[in-house]
Amino acid sequence: MTDRKIRVLIAKPGLDGHDRGAKVIARALRDAGMEVIYTGLRQTPSMIAEAALQEDVDVVGLSILSGAHNALVPAVLNKLHENSLDSIKVFVGGIIPEDDIPNLKESGVYAVYGPGTDTQTVVREIETAVNPERD
Amino acid sequence: MPSIDPEAIRQGDRLALSRALTAVENNTPQSKDLQAALFPHTGKAHLVGVTGAPGSGKSTLVNQIAKFLRESSGSEIPPKIAIIAVDPTSPFSGGALLGDRIRMRDLAGDKGIFIRSMASRGALGGLAHSTAAFATLLDGAGFDMIIIETVGAGQAEVDIARLAHTVIVVEAPGMGDDIQAIKAGILEIADIMVVNKADKPEAENTARALKVMLQMANSGGSMPIAGKHLRRTSRGKDGPVKQEQEEKKETWETPIRLVTAMDGKGIETLVADIHRHREYLENYDLWKAKEIYRLEKDLEALIKDKLMENWQESIDESRYKKVLSDIIDRKRSPIEALDLLL
Repeated sequence: MTDRKIRVLIAKPGLDGHDRGAKVIARALRDAGMEVIYTGLRQTPSMIAEAALQEDVDVVGLSILSGAHNALVPAVLNKLHENSLDSIKVFVGGIIPEDDIPNLKESGVYAVYGPGTDTQTVVREIETAVNPERD
Repeated sequence: MPSIDPEAIRQGDRLALSRALTAVENNTPQSKDLQAALFPHTGKAHLVGVTGAPGSGKSTLVNQIAKFLRESSGSEIPPKIAIIAVDPTSPFSGGALLGDRIRMRDLAGDKGIFIRSMASRGALGGLAHSTAAFATLLDGAGFDMIIIETVGAGQAEVDIARLAHTVIVVEAPGMGDDIQAIKAGILEIADIMVVNKADKPEAENTARALKVMLQMANSGGSMPIAGKHLRRTSRGKDGPVKQEQEEKKETWETPIRLVTAMDGKGIETLVADIHRHREYLENYDLWKAKEIYRLEKDLEALIKDKLMENWQESIDESRYKKVLSDIIDRKRSPIEALDLLL
């Protein structure tokens, strides 16, 4: 019998020091029965990709409030690709202007969440992203 | 799921290793083959356990130990180090927040280090059900040292003593009086004791209380030497072990080290203790004895699991429910019910 749990890495790339949002999401995912690895502040894209590899996660959530998402998100996706981790689903949370969302999604992010997002939405969409057939 | 090549794991393919760990943790059909393929290559790694109360600084300490070992090996090739960090699973949601990596950021980017967080998934001894299997895979993958950080442990989470060759118990200052120190349990399993946060004023007092406790244990003849557990619990036929114990004059004296894991003060001495303990185990054949004991216990655990699984497959569910409801209605005691169910 297998006992599969969804594993999620919550990471904060870049230099902003605000991790309340990341912690709220981490807690909500834990309460939804997922195993959440939180890496702490100020992670570089290669640190995030390396942690994702070692932890064999299904999903990476990036929390960015610095405004550097247009640079950081593609950099993380690129590093994941270099590590042959293209199967990992990536979402972004934080302060992201509407205009930037299409580009982020284009680059491979499956969802972008702003302030006030219901945590249950995040949970549900992770479950769908990981097991599309279960939808 | 694509199949994982055990040979790739042996060659240092980190992605293959990572996926293999997941397979074992989730008990997928392939996990058995992976463990079987790697097992012949195991038995070389030094398994070091780090345990202690929540917030005593285990992760920070592990970070410093690994960093020191990687950076200070001089001209030699630095040892490859794997870290298994276990954190508790919520008994309500089944989820877990694994935060040990936060304290290990110094180790990021070093390809000679592999860190894996693990949720306890309901196991109560301070480790997860498959932590031992993780150690097997990592050992087979060629890591020289495997550091296992337990769940924040209190008094009874002593599974690590069975798994690890060397157990480090971490205490923080001001965590209770000297009566706590003479209670049975976690302090007894220490091969090395660390009083962390030594920059705090109470640290010296804590170290002194622990020292008194160890001296008392020593004079009572039950010094926590490695291998003591073997003698007590192994079933008879442990001839070589017992003989060894009797012939041996020198016992391991558990050192108490004041360490400040935040800035690395005291780490050098601690790492020297870890190496010295390994030499001690090897010199007195205790390394082998510990292996024998552990493998026997692992086998027992596997048999228990398998028997349980077989029983679950064989039992008629309606019968089981009937007996259970009899117990709930106090018509039958659980002890009597055994005869009906087995």
